[in-house]
Amino acid sequence: MIKIVNLTKSFGGHKVLDGINLTMPTGQITVVIGKSGVGKSVLLKHIIGLLKPDSGQIIVDGQDISLLAGRQLRQFKRRFGVLFQGGALFDSLNVFENIAFPLREKTRLTEAEIAKRVRERLVQMSLTSEVETKFPDELSGGMKKRVALARAMIQEPEIMFYDEPVTGLDPPMTNTVFHLITKTHQESGYTALMVSHDIPEVFRVAHQVAMLHKGRIIAAGTSEEIQNHPDPMVQSFIRGEVDFLEG
Amino acid sequence: MANLVRQLGQRSLNVVIEAGGMVIFLLEGLALALVPPFRPRRLLQEIYQIGVKSTLIVMLTGAFTGMVMALQGYYTLKQYGSEGALGSAVALSLIREMGPVLTGIMVSARAGSAVTAEIGIMRITEQLDALDTMAVNPIQYVVMPKLLAGVIAVPFLTAIFDVVGILGGYLVGVVLLGVSSGSYFAGMVRSVVPLDVYGGIVKSLVFGLTIILVACYKGYYTQHGAEGVSKATNQTVVLSAVLILAWDYVLTSFFM
Repeated sequence: MIKIVNLTKSFGGHKVLDGINLTMPTGQITVVIGKSGVGKSVLLKHIIGLLKPDSGQIIVDGQDISLLAGRQLRQFKRRFGVLFQGGALFDSLNVFENIAFPLREKTRLTEAEIAKRVRERLVQMSLTSEVETKFPDELSGGMKKRVALARAMIQEPEIMFYDEPVTGLDPPMTNTVFHLITKTHQESGYTALMVSHDIPEVFRVAHQVAMLHKGRIIAAGTSEEIQNHPDPMVQSFIRGEVDFLEG
Repeated sequence: MANLVRQLGQRSLNVVIEAGGMVIFLLEGLALALVPPFRPRRLLQEIYQIGVKSTLIVMLTGAFTGMVMALQGYYTLKQYGSEGALGSAVALSLIREMGPVLTGIMVSARAGSAVTAEIGIMRITEQLDALDTMAVNPIQYVVMPKLLAGVIAVPFLTAIFDVVGILGGYLVGVVLLGVSSGSYFAGMVRSVVPLDVYGGIVKSLVFGLTIILVACYKGYYTQHGAEGVSKATNQTVVLSAVLILAWDYVLTSFFM
């Protein structure tokens, strides 16, 4: 279980996270929604250790990971995988090398075993072996996302983090990526946190949805509960109303 | 007036903060060279990118520098009937000053700018963050091999610059202007002492480290998308060139 307790963060005097409290149950997908620039990615970056909070706690299985450093933090990082918004594939490595990268860096597997695992992931992501030798700049947006998902999943993480996983994708590819997330979750049973503003698609994959607004979680519940939430802010966001988006 | 003083103070503070940040960045990079995992293949890749790929431009610059120096030197020395000293004039100028400085500036323009752009793009496309989340230290994986490659490659490039420059001077002085081949090389052997060579090597080591440190630092802390990368790349070339010239003065006064 991941528990965020009273998390605050300011940048240059501007409070981006203002006392976030949120619990992400083990084995479930939690989606944090909210308009662009509201601090969703900042929240995610705190949980994956890229940012340190001004105050508050991020408790994973009883341990406050905001206090970890050095070897302990590295060991914690081995437990999770991250799918970044743009994929964050390494430009200088081809698809095979990108997916194999965590295994080559962090395990002592033989090249034959690494190749086997990489090819299994490619099949899982519905990618053909022909893409293995392609470089990231030769791939479409959807393929990049699938390769990045394969890389994030290659070490079979206990926790997965998704930062705007379908931003910039066309509707069929959006469906494909959400299908792959659901499929990999069913197969592996990992705990997941996704930040996204893709309404209503996220309601299909989420076990729990939380809405972030002005640095606070203003609503949390199942997809159905959020869709029927009485808060006008939540309803306004779900319906994509202009006055709310500009407010 | 108070506003002007405040702005001046703020800018001075920023310079000190940046200089301190760069020193910490350097120390972290060098310390991580001693910590496993060691990645010799990454080091060889960077020596190829920074060193081997700069060889042609360094040779071209060296050849034309040597040729121009021979041309200028010949007509100056001729006024005093000392054309025979052309070899030593060309060699001393190249080994002590022109070789390390011009090699440094050429490496900064070619490889330094490329390093900043590469790391800057890795920053804005979250590739550095991706490394971090995989428990791979981005400074150890990306920066440290480049720093070592700069220290290794630039002295070799400087040596190539010096040799090609001397040959360029030979072409103009001996082949085109008729200075005796024997006096060109004999003067060189007489006047160049080991301290000149050591001085050149020390300068090239310091310049190599400075160029790649500035390039990595500017790239690593790039902000604001493509425009930020462009700005960082520009700052790398300008700052490297200024630091090379400043270091050159300090090191020359030390060796004199």
